Amino acid sequence: MVNPIPAAQVSSEKDIAGVEVKPEVKVEIQNLSFFYGKNQVLRNVSLDVPAYQVTAMIGPSGCGKTTLLRCLNRMHDLYPGNRYEGSVRIYPGGTDILGPGMDPIRVRMRFGMVFQKPNPFPKSIYENVAYGLRLQGMNKRRDLDERVEKALRESALWDEVKSRLHQLAHNLSGGQQQRLCIARAIATDPDVVLFDEPTSALDPIATSKIEELIVEMKRRVTVIIVTHNLQQAGRISDRTAFMYLGELIEFGETNRMFTNPAKPQTEDYISGRFG
Amino acid sequence: MNEPTMEANEDRLERVRSYFRGDLLVLREALLRMASLAHTNLSIALESLVERDPVKAQKVITDDQEIDRLEVEIDEMVAGFMATQAPMALACRLMLAASKLCNDLERIGDQAVSIGRRSIILTDEPPLKPLLDIPRMGVKVLDMIRMATDAFVEITPEKCAEIIKMDVRVDEINRQLERELTSFMIEDPKTITRALNLMLVARFFERAADHAKNIAEQVYYLYTGNDIRHEAELNKS
Repeated sequence: MVNPIPAAQVSSEKDIAGVEVKPEVKVEIQNLSFFYGKNQVLRNVSLDVPAYQVTAMIGPSGCGKTTLLRCLNRMHDLYPGNRYEGSVRIYPGGTDILGPGMDPIRVRMRFGMVFQKPNPFPKSIYENVAYGLRLQGMNKRRDLDERVEKALRESALWDEVKSRLHQLAHNLSGGQQQRLCIARAIATDPDVVLFDEPTSALDPIATSKIEELIVEMKRRVTVIIVTHNLQQAGRISDRTAFMYLGELIEFGETNRMFTNPAKPQTEDYISGRFG
Repeated sequence: MNEPTMEANEDRLERVRSYFRGDLLVLREALLRMASLAHTNLSIALESLVERDPVKAQKVITDDQEIDRLEVEIDEMVAGFMATQAPMALACRLMLAASKLCNDLERIGDQAVSIGRRSIILTDEPPLKPLLDIPRMGVKVLDMIRMATDAFVEITPEKCAEIIKMDVRVDEINRQLERELTSFMIEDPKTITRALNLMLVARFFERAADHAKNIAEQVYYLYTGNDIRHEAELNKS
């Protein structure tokens, strides 16, 4: 039986004067448990996700990392019989997104999500990006144009699609479709963008573009990414959380975790001995 | 802090041992072969000096080629492993350590060659004085190399602190020798060439000790993940 890490997760760093500073926390997950019906999938997970950093979640299949990610935008609410325990607070404000009365749609506005396989809507490129904005009540053409262009530029897609914004999104390549999904996710200005293995269906060149994009994005938003690709976690994340059997085993700076993990289970996993 | 129990320690050792299989085992064996050759060569260089034997000195020079060859081979292994296996955790530290260890071992081999060359020159002239401190220093350096290799093989990073301390003693002997040999040169200028050659030999051993210390620091890093290089200087500043 492995023990979850109990307390404060975000370790301090030193500023240029050598003074210890604690990174600002964006999402505070406390004692989070999750049940698919009677089946408990997450066990008492506590984790402070730092703001404006990339946090990677790694672990063998079935360890609960995607389940945890989906808790953050209340995606499990779409299916009956699912149950959360614990809290997930988002800062500033400290609102508990699992709290009673919290509208899942509003939660999803603050937590954008990009999935494993590119899933653009069967609409034009423009309409895909404008979709969330329209849901937010934005209807003026000029405002929409501005925000669509901004999102497409930030997802490094603008130059490739600016001349065919009204063509079907499905005509784009796989990598372009995934960047379109990123544009769609960031168009509504979320606080956090969740990525669930965003490059597992892409070739190395498309993967590299998405990775560059994620690193670039952290200047504006907090990023949480689930990945099976340890090298990807190493390349793009600032911090890594290792999960196993529904528990958080270790969370820390990626460099430290990949060169000198504190827990034997983490070491076994990243060195390819199980999972 | 609680001392790790014997069971926990055995578990840790088993975990580390389990890394050394396949390519990593081959890498470890190559490093050990290189360490053994470097130790042997330095030992023969010391013998050539003490016994005034130019044949042994020449052997040191010839045998160094094998150490150089191993350096290239190990570097190729490390580059290949990093490019294809994306090593993590201890395997990642091993890559870094192996690359540095083989560099330090190659430099120890070079110091042995330099001592061998000086030894040949010194054989042509009568002895300046009975050699006492240089053999004492040489034996200490050889001990340091052996102990560092043992720490690598036996997975005993705790022994590295002792090796690092020994380097301080070697530095002291070197300084003492410099003073003594300088006084020889001041008293009788005819001794200058021999005294300078002995001074150089002492310096070569002192450098070999520095490399042995580097190896100990790398072994410590490899097994604990903690970098203890330049710790004293950094703490001072």
